[in-house]
Amino acid sequence: MENWVLILSRWQFAITTIYHFFFVPLTLGLSVFVAILETIYVRTGQEVYKRMTKFWGKLFVINFAMGVVTGIVQEFQFGMNWSEYSRYVGDIFGAPLAIEALLAFFLESTFLGLWIFGWDKVSKGVHALAIWLVAIGSNISSLWILVANSFMQQPVGYAEENGRLVMTNFWALLGNSNVWVQFPHVVFSGFATAAFFVLGISAYHLLRKKHADVFERSFRLAALYGTIAMLLVILVGHSQAQHMVATQPMKMAAAEALWETENPASFSLFTITDQANRRDLVSLRVPRLLSLLSYNRLEGEVKGINDLQKQFELEYGPGNYIPPIMLNYWTFRIMVGVGFLMFFIAAFALLRVIQKRALQELKILKWLPFAIALPYLSNSTGWILTELGRQPWVVYGKLKTAQAFSPNLTPGLVLTSLIGFTLVYGLLMVADVYLLTKYAKAGPAPKPAKHSVAEQAYWE
Amino acid sequence: MTLGTLWFVLIAVLYIGYFVLEGFDLGVGILLPFLGKNDLRRRAIINTVGPHWDGNEVWLLTAGGATFAAFPNWYATLFSGFYLALFLMLIALIVRGVAFEFRSKDENPRWRSLWDWCIFLGSVIPALLWGVAFANFVRGVPIGPNFQYQGTFLDLLNVYSLLGGVVSLLGFALHGAIFLSLKTVDDLQVQARRWAQRLWVPAVIALVAFTISTYVFTDIIDKSGINPWPVSIFAVLALLASGWFIRRKQDGWAFVMTALAILLAVTTIFMELYPRVLVSSIDPMYDLTIENSASGPLTLRTMSIVALIFVPIVLAYQGWTYWIFRKRIVEKADTLHY
Ligand code: HDD
Ligand code: HEM
Ligand code: HEM
Repeated sequence: MENWVLILSRWQFAITTIYHFFFVPLTLGLSVFVAILETIYVRTGQEVYKRMTKFWGKLFVINFAMGVVTGIVQEFQFGMNWSEYSRYVGDIFGAPLAIEALLAFFLESTFLGLWIFGWDKVSKGVHALAIWLVAIGSNISSLWILVANSFMQQPVGYAEENGRLVMTNFWALLGNSNVWVQFPHVVFSGFATAAFFVLGISAYHLLRKKHADVFERSFRLAALYGTIAMLLVILVGHSQAQHMVATQPMKMAAAEALWETENPASFSLFTITDQANRRDLVSLRVPRLLSLLSYNRLEGEVKGINDLQKQFELEYGPGNYIPPIMLNYWTFRIMVGVGFLMFFIAAFALLRVIQKRALQELKILKWLPFAIALPYLSNSTGWILTELGRQPWVVYGKLKTAQAFSPNLTPGLVLTSLIGFTLVYGLLMVADVYLLTKYAKAGPAPKPAKHSVAEQAYWE
Repeated sequence: MTLGTLWFVLIAVLYIGYFVLEGFDLGVGILLPFLGKNDLRRRAIINTVGPHWDGNEVWLLTAGGATFAAFPNWYATLFSGFYLALFLMLIALIVRGVAFEFRSKDENPRWRSLWDWCIFLGSVIPALLWGVAFANFVRGVPIGPNFQYQGTFLDLLNVYSLLGGVVSLLGFALHGAIFLSLKTVDDLQVQARRWAQRLWVPAVIALVAFTISTYVFTDIIDKSGINPWPVSIFAVLALLASGWFIRRKQDGWAFVMTALAILLAVTTIFMELYPRVLVSSIDPMYDLTIENSASGPLTLRTMSIVALIFVPIVLAYQGWTYWIFRKRIVEKADTLHY
């Protein structure tokens, strides 16, 4: 019999977190970008940087609001739909969540208020400091939430007592090696997201030859920002994959559709599997490449799905330990493929900037607005890989997802909230995209602003 | 004092912070349709809470996170048990937060009126639900073996809890009206004071009725723990005093009094709960208590250190921003940000 509470809860969790993570990466990257712009303005006093700060700042604020309200749901969902999970790991998992609120959310929300409303109330320096504190707050927030998430991927610093986990070493949580590959990957992909957002909107205006002073500068900075960020995303992503081979071999085996253990292991170019019958329908592989990627040398054993399944049955008892292979496989390929594409686009833009080519003539301009979608694709597929590849575990090796849901709920209740959240989220997305497009197309305020200080702050 | 008790107190403090602060911005949202005659006035009203509402809401997020960390069973039972109520509250808080930010970013009157409705409903629903929830904490809800909630949404609605909802709704509306009179000038201020006076009488009546019915509907009398009655009397007195200050146009003092009334009312509830965190209406054997819900010692110790360092820092910088934005809002379009 299907457990509908479990199934619907999983759908709800997936939809609400992915939705939250639509807004998060742009916040992470754009806060830093705006802070850099405002710092340049304060240091040089050049008016154009103030207009850039305000233009990108306005888009930032619209996105931020969505990030905040969707985040509120995250904070309570674990108790609502995953009560047995919460009882089992609350001792450890709750701590980073509470610390995140105390260290990060207060910082970002308070100082964003100051930043939006404070243009005429505090000095220039303090105002720039406010946006830096927002940027620091956002990025600290991702550190702590990823400390929590990393515990689910790779539990450390705990002991099991009376059927639940208790914390035995707080520093082990923070020092979890999973944190230190995941955190940089997520932060830099946030930076890359912002770079593509800025590049795309700048290209739109450059094509129309409007506000050249603002958008040429934005384009140049974003090309640099994006190239550096993408380089780091790929480098960290590589070590993340190696970390995965070591700590969650089943996730890697699924992401490579590797049924049998191989040494040297081959890398799959194109595979379609029939998971129910445990076989491949199509498979095209490059010999030795997976070993090279996993260990930086031409041999080395990579475990296959069948062996791992046997090993897990010995270790944890009978059951199905294989995650949905095709989802893992294709999400991984989409993320990585799009990642390389993003790197080439950013690097190409930077090359043209360095060559001092006339930006308005670049052929790539008309494609860049569409390229804004790329980081969103990678971000979502990245998380789906991370979370689905861990199945059937919710806490790796300790608690299965099927044991984690709230037993007191009924399918009707969860369906109600699932439909409710999805509808509201859908409508909000329409409003959000409408506003972002409206302000992005409107461009910055004209140069000589003769408004009052506050109106200037509002409309620019 | 054990670490568990310390965290019980700290969570009470976080809720007090939340209700005192978000209480007034919820109140302002509730009053928006009544005080906001025209668009400019509505903008002025929203701008009084513009820089603060998000920071205020983080008190709730921190309370939620702290409950998760310090009392996992409390967090799990409460939020899975009050599922539908919490869902409604979340939807309300979502549309309200977005509405503040989006409302004035487009000229279209229909766009604006849509978001104004979101602000109003998004404020009324949480204001009501919080009273319902807290009344249920002490009245007891059907919790059975293994900490599992066994009731439905309807079990949360009863005379006593609905009365609690009325208290919080009127109380926050009053708190918000006084905040508005503190933050505005001229006609808007006059209107805000008038609303404060109007709301004060029913708020006092509701609070007194709620306090009395606490003796009827809960186990406050035969409970062996701390008897909170002096505190509850002071809560009523503080609310009475606020009316006196409103009449004398001493808005600052009136605000202090409603804040004090909120503080004392929440304290009463937590004192009555102690040493339990959620009361079972099925059998006291199934009560969630500090002892059977708390985390292990290391978690509590770590969290204590973090809280003792960072709560004062947060208070300092949040207080500072309230100081920065101490000036009153005037109804001039070119001075408004939202
Ligand atoms: C702090 C913990 C945490 C964090 C930071 C995230 N997740 Fe997660 N994720 C979970 C904790 C979790 C979970 C509670 O463990 C779930 C619920 C059910 C499950 O299988 O794992 C889960 C499931 C889950 C699923 C569905 C898996 C399934 O249905 O089988 C998806 C697609 C995501 N997550 C995606 C995300 C995204 C996009 C995140 C970025 C914000 C994210 N996760 C962050
Ligand atoms: C599933 C676990 C998650 C929970 C419980 C959670 C919780 C929250 C909450 C409550 C907020 C609102 C804070 C406010 O009012 O300012 C928020 C916003 C935010 N969260 Fe999450 N979050 C989750 C996942 C993530 C992840 C994985 C990241 C980053 C890697 C992240 C980064 C952020 C950032 C940067 C914000 C700022 C607001 C914005 O996005 O615009 N969150 N989150
Ligand atoms: C191009 C090379 C890339 C590689 C090799 C790579 C590698 C990885 C790996 C192995 C994971 C899974 C980690 C785990 O579950 O243990 C992952 C997750 C993720 N990736 Fe990538 N990635 C790349 C590009 C990108 C890009 C371009 C983005 C977005 C702009 C991105 C965003 C994410 C996100 C958000 C996650 C989930 C969070 C996490 O587990 O870190 N990745 N990546």
